[in-house]
This record gives sequence, C-alpha cells and structure tokens, in this order.
Amino acid sequence: MFEQLQDRLTATFATLQGRPRVTEADLEAALRDVRVALLEADVSFKVVKQLVATVRERAIGQQVIQSVTGAQQVVKIVHDALVEMLGTEASPLARAATPPTVIVMVGLQGSGKTTSSAKIANLLRKQGRKPVLVTVDIHRPAAMDQLEALGKQLGVPVRRADPKNVPLEGGDTVIVDTAGRLHIDEAMMSEVESIVAATQPDEILLVVDAMAGQDAVDAATAFHARLPITGLVLAKVDSDARGGASLSIRAATGIPVKLLGTGEKLDAIEVFHPDRLAQRILGMGDVVTLVEKAQEVVDQKEAEEQAKKLFEARFTLDDFYKQLQQLKKMGSIGDLIKMIPGMGQLAKQMPSGPEAEKELKKVEAIISSMTRGERADPSTINGSRRKRIARGSGTTVADVNQLLRQFEEMKKLMKQLGGMAKGGRLPYHLPLRR
Amino acid sequence: MSIEQGLEKTRGGLISRLFGAFRKPEEEPVSDEWLDRLEEALLRADLSVSLVDPVMLQVRDVVAEGRATTVPKVLDAVRDALVAVIPPAPPAAGGTPRVILVVGVNGSGKTTTAAKLGKRMRDEGATPLLAAADTFRAAAIEQLESWAGRTGLPIVSGRPGGDPAAVVFDAIQAARSRGNSVVIADTAGRLHTKGHLMDELEKVVRVAGRAREGAPDEVLLVLDGTQGQNAIVQAREFTKAAKVTGLVVTKLDGTAKGGAIFAIANDLGLPVRWLGVGEKAEDLVPMDARAYVAAMLGRP
Ligand SMILES: Nc1nc2c(ncn2[C@@H]2O[C@H](COP(=O)(O)OP(=O)(O)OP(=O)(O)O)[C@@H](O)[C@H]2O)c(=O)[nH]1
Ligand SMILES: [Mg+2]
Repeated sequence: MFEQLQDRLTATFATLQGRPRVTEADLEAALRDVRVALLEADVSFKVVKQLVATVRERAIGQQVIQSVTGAQQVVKIVHDALVEMLGTEASPLARAATPPTVIVMVGLQGSGKTTSSAKIANLLRKQGRKPVLVTVDIHRPAAMDQLEALGKQLGVPVRRADPKNVPLEGGDTVIVDTAGRLHIDEAMMSEVESIVAATQPDEILLVVDAMAGQDAVDAATAFHARLPITGLVLAKVDSDARGGASLSIRAATGIPVKLLGTGEKLDAIEVFHPDRLAQRILGMGDVVTLVEKAQEVVDQKEAEEQAKKLFEARFTLDDFYKQLQQLKKMGSIGDLIKMIPGMGQLAKQMPSGPEAEKELKKVEAIISSMTRGERADPSTINGSRRKRIARGSGTTVADVNQLLRQFEEMKKLMKQLGGMAKGGRLPYHLPLRR
Repeated sequence: MSIEQGLEKTRGGLISRLFGAFRKPEEEPVSDEWLDRLEEALLRADLSVSLVDPVMLQVRDVVAEGRATTVPKVLDAVRDALVAVIPPAPPAAGGTPRVILVVGVNGSGKTTTAAKLGKRMRDEGATPLLAAADTFRAAAIEQLESWAGRTGLPIVSGRPGGDPAAVVFDAIQAARSRGNSVVIADTAGRLHTKGHLMDELEKVVRVAGRAREGAPDEVLLVLDGTQGQNAIVQAREFTKAAKVTGLVVTKLDGTAKGGAIFAIANDLGLPVRWLGVGEKAEDLVPMDARAYVAAMLGRP
C-alpha cells in the first residue's frame, strides 16, 4: 500500500538529485512536491506542514543551497525527518506478569476490529498461548455471531458478554472486541471507558483503517484522550492506500503501530517494523544507488532522447534493446525497474532473480534476430517473419508473439504515463537523466 | 432526518475552523492568513490537492483583483465552485423488479446502507426485497437478516460459502414471482486490489443481467466518509468491474467530511446519491450538493 508514496517521493528526489547545485527555487519546488506527495498519501495537514517547515529550516541551516552536495543533503534531511516521525523500534504486544493478559480492541465503525481480534488470537495461539475471545458488541447486528464464527474456525473459545460485565477467565490472554464507535459519541465513549476501567487491560489497541483520511488523527487523538491507547493495529494494508494516516497518528500522539492486517484470512497479520516501513516508504537508498549507477554508465544525451521517445510513444524495439543493454550494465532488471519512479507496479509484474536474467537473454536474442526495419516498425513483422525470428533466436513463435505484445502494452502504458507527465502529474523525464 | 441535521457534526468542525476567530465575519476582510486557513480547511476535509490547488489559485486571483473582498463573498465563490463539481443525479430508471447492487470495500457500510435504503424505499411506497449476497464474511447473512427483522423487510439469503451471483439471481426470480418492486442486494466487502474478488463482482453483475435483462439498474458504491484519497482509486476500480451508477458516502455523522468525492465526481462524473449519517435505519439522506458543501464549509 505504501508503494505509491514511495514512487512519488522517489520521483521528487530523483529530480533534485539531477541538479549539480541546489538553488533556492529548486529547494522550494522540491518541498512543494514533498507536500503534495504526503497530502496525497493522506498524511495529516498539520504533520505535513510541520515536516516541510522542519526540512526547510534544516536545509537552510546546513546551507545546502548552492552547495554541490546540496541535493544529497536535502534528501537526507527529508529522510531523517520522516524517520523521526515514524519512530525506529518495533513495539511488541505487552504481556501481563500474572495472567491473564487483557487486550481491548477499540476503534471507529468498520475499521476491522472483529477480524483483527480473531487474527491476534490466532497469532498468540501459534506462539503457544491460550487466548480467549470476548465480544461485548451489543450494538451492531450479528457482530457477536461474526466473532463466534471466527473463533470456531480457529478453535478459540468465544464468549458473549455484557459491556458492564466482562469475564476475564478461561485462558492466559483475553481479547475483548468492542463495538465500533465514533469518537464524538459521548454515550459510546463512556461505555468503552467503563469497559477499560473494569478490565484494566495490558493493551488497548486502536484499530485504524489503512485507507483512513485526514480525520483519522482527530479521531485517534480523541480516543487517546479518553483511553490510554497502547498501540495501533493498521488494518486493510493489502489495499493500495498510501497509509499516511497511520504515520500522522504516530506523529501526533506517539502511539506506536504494532500490527498490520494484510488480508481477510485469519493468518494475515504481521508484526510492524517501523524502520522497515521508513525504508519502504522512502526508497531513499534505492534512489541514491540508482542515480550513482546511472551516472557511471548512461550516456546522458542518449538517455534523454530515449526518455522523450518513450513518453511520446515513438519508442522502438531498437530503443528498447539499447535500454536493455544499458540496464544490464547496472544490475538486475527487476531491481532497476523498482527504482524508477512510477514503475513500482510494473516491477511487481516483472520476474526477478535468475529467472529474470534468463528472460532478458531471450528478449535480447529475439530482438537481435530482427532486421533494423523490423525493430523500427514492429507492425511489419508478419507470420513468416515471426517464424524466421524465432528460428534465428532459438526461441518459439509464441515467445516472439509475447514479446511483441508486451512491447505494445509497454508503449501504451508509456503513452499514458507521458500524458500524465504533460498534465503535471509525473515528472517529464526519467530519473536516468542527469 | 434532514441533511442539515445529519451533517451537524460535519458542519461543526469547519465552522469553528473558519469563523472561530471572528465575531462579525460578514465584515471581515480577507487576509492572507484567512486564505491559508481556508486552504487548510479544504485539505483537512480530504479534498484532493489536485482540486484544492486550482481552487485556491482562483480564489487568490479573485481576491487580488478585488472581485471579492469579504469572507462571506469568498466563501460563496468557493461554495459555488465545489457545488459545480458534483454532477446532478439523473432520475433513477429501470425495469421490474428494479435491481440495486450495493458494493464497496470492507467495512464501508454496505450492509447497513442496504437495510436503510430498503426501509426508505418501502416508506416511499415501494416493496423492496433484500438479498443477502455476502456469503463470504462471517455472520454477514445474519447481519442483514437481523436488519430485515428490525425493518420488517422480506429477505432472500444465500448459504455461507455459496455463490453470491446465484443469490442475486434467486432474489430477482423471487421478487418477480412475489411481486416485489425492488431487489436490494448486499455484496461482500472487497478490496479493489483483489483481482479475483473484482472478477467475482463482474460475475454477479453478469448473472443479474441474466435474471432480468438490463439488470442491475443501479450499482451503488458505498464509500466510507472517513477515508481519504484512496476512495478515488476505489471508485475507479469498482467502476471498471461493475458499472457503478452512483455513490453512497457513509459515516458523515462523525467529524469526517468525505471530501474525496469531489475528485471522484470530477474525474469519473459519478453522482452521489445518498449520505449515511448514523447507524439507525432512518439515518440515510438523499444527497443535496448545496447542503453538503454548505455543511462542509460552514456558514457565518
Ligand atoms: N456512524 C455511522 N456508522 C455507520 C454508518 N453506516 C454504517 N455504519 C457502521 O459501520 C460498521 C460497518 O457497517 P457494515 O454495514 O457492516 O459495513 P459493510 O460494508 O457491510 O462491512 P463488510 O460487509 O464487513 O465489508 C457498522 O458498525 C455500522 O453500524 C453511518 O452512516 N454512520
Ligand atoms: Mg456487509
């Protein structure tokens, strides 16, 4: 879900790194891009403002403007500021010195509390613990049936209880699933307060939807003001949401993200590692290496020319071949594509590792068996030509067909990207350009 | 419930944000600081940067050229600009029984909306039949059955793990033979990123068309009003799998504003049909762009 934010920031920084010296205007432009990227990722307005101000201040303090290494410095400043915002250590679930450990799940309606409760029970059970699930959701129709069905699937006991009388026996860990509620619903907020007062939980987990928007910080803050929230469970991370709300909640309240829900199945839960997330969101290391590598091997003029062709869909198989040659000098193709802003999705469809290298060899063989004319205009490659090319390259006609199809698709995609670039959504150049 | 009542909380937030400092806003000149706050308010309402930026550019121009000098005047301009983005909902048409499919991501409020809509249509004289076609989520069928009991609406249910398309098919057949005028089908929550689930939805749509030509008449995409920019992606992807005809925005009884719908309306031209403003059967109000935007921006 975080890929898009990563792509966006990667693009920004690639631009910045493309400059030998950073001018004041460059810095402001980059900060504007950072702001847009973060807002589009649902990072809260206040946090964005704060972050941009911090970066500007530090950049000026470190006199990055007009310095030759300025771009790198700005990149590092943004990186550090984001990491500070995220925190750096994983926070494990608390465990009571004397059992039972009590975990209370709270959150807005539809955020994913019930499923998350069952997943946590499953996680703990796998660790050899004896969890019990308790549902006190007397409000949503069939909410209790839902938890009961999930408990049955897991073989974990489920108890139905009145919110005023929550049983805490039957296992070494009691997970209490509460009804969804709005943070401004006074009656419901005092209900959950009294549940917490009566059960004295070791963990109060706020379940937050990964797709949440700007209001998430206000909601989390309001919950935190009434209950000592000990951690966040970020649900529906398998969406493509950029997840900025979770970062904002962390920044605004200091509550650490503890678990990620990554699917509807009951084993789709992961322990959260903030440092890994920071790396993933930023992809900073990647950008730096890509730019360094590109500097070494790519002839700048040629890269620029190709980038232009690419976006204008004048890109031919010949250009494709040249790019492959250049890319090959830089490392494995899957890794490289991942580093190109906006290409995260494409990278996922690419085979990686030795398989990719094999695939690449095949592509090379096919293209090199074509005539110049065929490379310039693939539409001339008819059936008999396909056969000839397959023979010449030691592949099959199906392979040739596939390559041609993929190439057409790629051109289409590039055309779209090019359109977006002109619309101002994507930088009108590849990061390879220096 | 009126839209104004429903959006009371939604309204509260921005009013205080925009007018909190002024005792007599009608005389208040537009300052740079106020413009910054306006921009903040729009962004915090989950309006997309890609919309807020051009709107603010225009507003700043209007102010710089002296065409609007007081806070209420500028707000009027912003309000008009935003209202204009929302396309009017065309009158609902369709065959008999009319078939409405309720779709969306997990937890957005589909089941509740299906029940609310059923009650509302019944109150307006229709004879709706609910179809519990979420055969996947634990106790989803029980949930809609419980709503059917509460509202006194008839229901056709699938079996857990059964084929959702078959449930919709059966419900349409049942409605025809029992003389129900509308079928409202609740479907399982699905993330738009899951290809196989989107395929399943396509199949539901296809099979509905087999039960009654031209069905479904309406595919309502239920968007959680507390969600941010991802709602735009959801709308795009659901529109690809099932021809979405309109949006329902839920949970607007909280402080979230659901501003992502402006980008959706702008990009996809999808009308907003209903707003969910609570957890009770009557907490559904028809969209009214003026009232909605007014609630978002507040009034002096
Ligand atoms: N406050 C408020 N809560 C709502 C509204 N609409 C739905 N809800 C609540 O949101 C939660 C989820 O609603 P459901 O109708 O079960 O959502 P769903 O989309 O059917 O969920 P799945 O089928 O699990 O994907 C429930 O607790 C509802 O009571 C609304 O307009 N306002
Ligand atoms: Mg449902």
